[in-house]
Amino acid sequence: MRRWLGSAAVVVIVALTVAPARAEVSPEALQLPGAATSATDPSPVTLSADLYLPTQVPAPAVVLAHGFGGSKAAVAEEAAYLQERGFAVLAYSARGFGESTGLISMNSPQFEVADARRIVDYLSERPEIVQDGAGDPRVGVSGGSYGGALALLLAGYDDRIDAVVADITWNDLESSLFGQSARGAGLGVLKQLWTGFFFSAGLLPSGGNPLAPGPVTECGRFSPEWCAAYTEAATTGTVSPAAAELMAASSPASVSNSITAPTLIGGGQSDSLFPLAQANANAEQISAANPDVPVKVVWHAEGHDGGVDETERLRALGADWLSAYLADGPAVSTAFEVSEVSGSAVSDRAAGTVDVLSTPDYPGLYGQGQRPIPVRGPTQQVLAPAGGVPAAVTALPGAGGLAGLASSVLALPLPGQSAGFLSEPLAEPLQVIGSPRVRLQVSSDRPVRDAVLFASLRIADASQRQILPNGLVAPIRLAEIGPEPVTVEVDLPAIVTEAAAGDRLAVVVATTDQAYRLPEGPAVYTVSLPDGEVFVPQVDVVSTATEAPAWLWPLGGLVLVLVIAVVTWLLRPRHGDDEPRPDASAGPSAAAADVPISVRGLVKRFKGGLTAVDGATFTVPPGVVLGLLGPNGAGKTTTMRMIMGLIRPTDGEVRVFGQRILPGSAALARIGSFVEGPGFLPYLSGRRNLELYWKASGRVGQEPYFDGVLEIAGLGSAVDRKVKTYSQGMRQRLGLAQAMLGMPDVLLLDEPTNGLDPPQIREMRDVLHAYAATGRTVIISSHLLSEVEQTCSHVVVMNRGQVIAEGTVAEFMRGRTGQRLEDVFLEMVGEGHTVVSS
Amino acid sequence: MSVHIPARPPADAGAGYRAGKTLTVRVELARQIRRKRTLVAFLLVIALPLIVVAAVKFGPSSGGGGGFGDGDLDLVGLATAGAWNFTLTMLFFGSGFLLTVLAALFLGDTVASEANWSSLRYLLAAPVPRRRLLRTKVIVGLIFTVAVLLTLVVASFLIGLVAFGSETLTSPLSGTFGTGESLQRIAVITAYIGLTMLFPAGIAFLISVLTDVPLAAVGSAVIITIVFGILDRIEALGDLRRLLPTDYGAAWLDALGSQIAWGEMAIGATYNVVIFTVLIAIAFVRFDRKDILS
Repeated sequence: MRRWLGSAAVVVIVALTVAPARAEVSPEALQLPGAATSATDPSPVTLSADLYLPTQVPAPAVVLAHGFGGSKAAVAEEAAYLQERGFAVLAYSARGFGESTGLISMNSPQFEVADARRIVDYLSERPEIVQDGAGDPRVGVSGGSYGGALALLLAGYDDRIDAVVADITWNDLESSLFGQSARGAGLGVLKQLWTGFFFSAGLLPSGGNPLAPGPVTECGRFSPEWCAAYTEAATTGTVSPAAAELMAASSPASVSNSITAPTLIGGGQSDSLFPLAQANANAEQISAANPDVPVKVVWHAEGHDGGVDETERLRALGADWLSAYLADGPAVSTAFEVSEVSGSAVSDRAAGTVDVLSTPDYPGLYGQGQRPIPVRGPTQQVLAPAGGVPAAVTALPGAGGLAGLASSVLALPLPGQSAGFLSEPLAEPLQVIGSPRVRLQVSSDRPVRDAVLFASLRIADASQRQILPNGLVAPIRLAEIGPEPVTVEVDLPAIVTEAAAGDRLAVVVATTDQAYRLPEGPAVYTVSLPDGEVFVPQVDVVSTATEAPAWLWPLGGLVLVLVIAVVTWLLRPRHGDDEPRPDASAGPSAAAADVPISVRGLVKRFKGGLTAVDGATFTVPPGVVLGLLGPNGAGKTTTMRMIMGLIRPTDGEVRVFGQRILPGSAALARIGSFVEGPGFLPYLSGRRNLELYWKASGRVGQEPYFDGVLEIAGLGSAVDRKVKTYSQGMRQRLGLAQAMLGMPDVLLLDEPTNGLDPPQIREMRDVLHAYAATGRTVIISSHLLSEVEQTCSHVVVMNRGQVIAEGTVAEFMRGRTGQRLEDVFLEMVGEGHTVVSS
Repeated sequence: MSVHIPARPPADAGAGYRAGKTLTVRVELARQIRRKRTLVAFLLVIALPLIVVAAVKFGPSSGGGGGFGDGDLDLVGLATAGAWNFTLTMLFFGSGFLLTVLAALFLGDTVASEANWSSLRYLLAAPVPRRRLLRTKVIVGLIFTVAVLLTLVVASFLIGLVAFGSETLTSPLSGTFGTGESLQRIAVITAYIGLTMLFPAGIAFLISVLTDVPLAAVGSAVIITIVFGILDRIEALGDLRRLLPTDYGAAWLDALGSQIAWGEMAIGATYNVVIFTVLIAIAFVRFDRKDILS
């Protein structure tokens, strides 16, 4: 889902589709009678339940069981999801939790499982539930952790159950709570932190407000038997036969051979409480007893330690499974699915991305084959410190999401407390799916009872950092060791990871781990690896590639880019760009083609309301020098810029040799212009500027007349200096030279004599006369009326954006003997205007 | 002085003028390449690895032989492992700020400075069609951006080779790569970092078209990139941050895993290309309609 948010375009769609709230049918709250309250009290407990009915009934039912410490409220979201998928969902609070009465017996067959059977009885009475027979509703059971064990136990005890979904739960409670990875050894090491968390979660008064005043008891809502078993384990680390019997009865292992309903078993990779080995045992036992029962195993990336969120996928998978076996939905493959956490190392929001790998047959903990990897190291001594502290920190029970990736990176064994055995750098990447195995040899100089060790497989990278996948260690508890070395076969924690080429594998044997109950007494152990090898499980898997492949993004982006490009192309101006196109309105008429410049009704109104040009109309005949006169603000420069195609007219038009001028019109190539000062690249020489300007102007095969224009500029050797060293006058002359490059048919010059000294002005005047004499046209605007009088043969006078007079200088001066142009001009524009004459 | 004005050739309405030959990429390159700005940019990306080598070799903390960086992801600590790792670290340093500034400079300065020098109006009056002018400017800006990026990589590699030897790439995530693999990874990372420069480049170019002040274009692009970077660190924004193009700036780290994880990079690259195209399209349309008053 996150990936979808990547593209802005997609987000809009997401926002539109997410917006409408889905209509939900609110559940029906029920108080159902359960089994007997206790061995001595036959009155039934009251179970608080919610029945979610789908829109279409009758429907198959799903009994939804919650995790330890939760209640029916904790599974409300999942219940609503299953309801939407068309199931009638009965979510209930187990005895001792939520508003249900009774005491916690850890899924005892006599109590919790019996409660669940009453629930099934109840479902058989509801008309909204599909019935397979009298008293036999079509029903599946689903749950995680505490609820997962209930699901398996219920399926074992009640053959009315038609499908099971059991996630991150135990197979054998004793081996879950007392971790033992040494084969054939006895009771394991108590997971002190986990059991402590569990027990305290059951101590809170019903209703769950820890701050509410109430009586404090040693056993809380636990039944006396379980309270006694916990107290014994927590204080001595041992298990009495009575407690062992209790735990065995509450373990799916006790009934797995009678589970005949199709079962989906989830195991969490990030789970130090109920590790993958427990899920594996459930699956293997069910399949061994009834090979025809469909069993699907999923090793996902979540777990009691946090891990990577896969809720959506798992929820959908569970619903598919139930749908397949309860509602004749599409078949779900029983292929083994395993999530490999990899991908983005940088996203700080997700701990990682998940690639779901798959293989048709469940390979079990030890893979389809095992690859021995040599790991070397001398025989080493390790210290178990007195009192068990300081202890290494690996998994962080109860820390939830924090623990997952963090512990993978951080976990470092404490000095003196660990022995390490290292492989050579791997020649190629090594994928590990399952439980690697190793043989350890342990001895001690003096006899030690209850020796505790923790073995782990770590991945050491080139910078000698050790990564402990999922923070998992294998606890080993040996009843007794002495000077004679004992060889133990150890199942290292089942993991899913890939070591890169160049990484090393490290087998680390440590004496402490703060999550476990450690022996009090100090001891020194001698540890070695007799085989010098670790056996790594290998599984051939293929990626299920549930996500869009990466190339879809560039492809989608490419399409979008093309769309944008096309739209931009369509929006482009109709005229002017690229090659000149035949256009009726822009094409020259035969007569107009001889008129260098014709301005018709030209208007320019700027944003903000200033009207710079207001209906100017005039014509410039060929072979003349025409002066464009007017006071400041008359609109001369704006008119010139419109002639150059720099400003779009609001109304009216400019035609150059009959062709209408718009930005980029080809006819502009016939105009050489100089408006409001020169424009050059200051870091290039004058000559280089002209050369590059000429090349940029796209006039193929025409003669630029570099020598001629440079002579006019009169810069001498300065032409090869950088323009930024030029004086104002030199730039001005270079600008005029640039305008004359290629000797265009029209010269458009704005204040050309600024910065020129009198001799230069005179030269300029001669040049312009000579220019017009060849039949070309020159338009100049100037404030220097005397200069205009001497240079120009024609004048156009503008005032307030309009042309107020047009004609030859001779016509203007006719009958005004003794007067100068300046006087005539002042007369025309009236008082109130000062003509700048500098 | 007598000036000879050659006679007017027979009238042939704009003959010889070819819009398609105006302001070619080659001419624009010639116009830009001699700028001091261009030179400084290239010197900077060559100086960066030299400064880092100097800091590592003569710096106060060089005694330990390793790492002046720590933290989860020890990119910097591995810099001295060899030429490949040194190049990687320089890319990491460069991608943070320097390359962003340079990309913004090459595309942000390009139109605004022409306006500033007044040369823009003479190009347009030549006439260089407006879209063609922008097209050439974008291409040349991108050529320079790619050139500094490649210069940084090549210079870093050569300097790293002399300073730290030819050891192949060690991933800060895990594992080491062979020579071919190292080359592939560095190439992917370089290409991706190049693509992430498109966002600041696009912003800078759009502003460059809208303003006559070169510094405003470059500055705003850099500031927007920095502000987005800050927003990206505000946890409270959650998944909204996925909308920021800068959110994908570090996705190239995914090329350092045992397998290249393309997902984030694909999104980041696509997002940058699309945003760049949108920004350039806006610039084109705006420039079409703009009155050139500079």
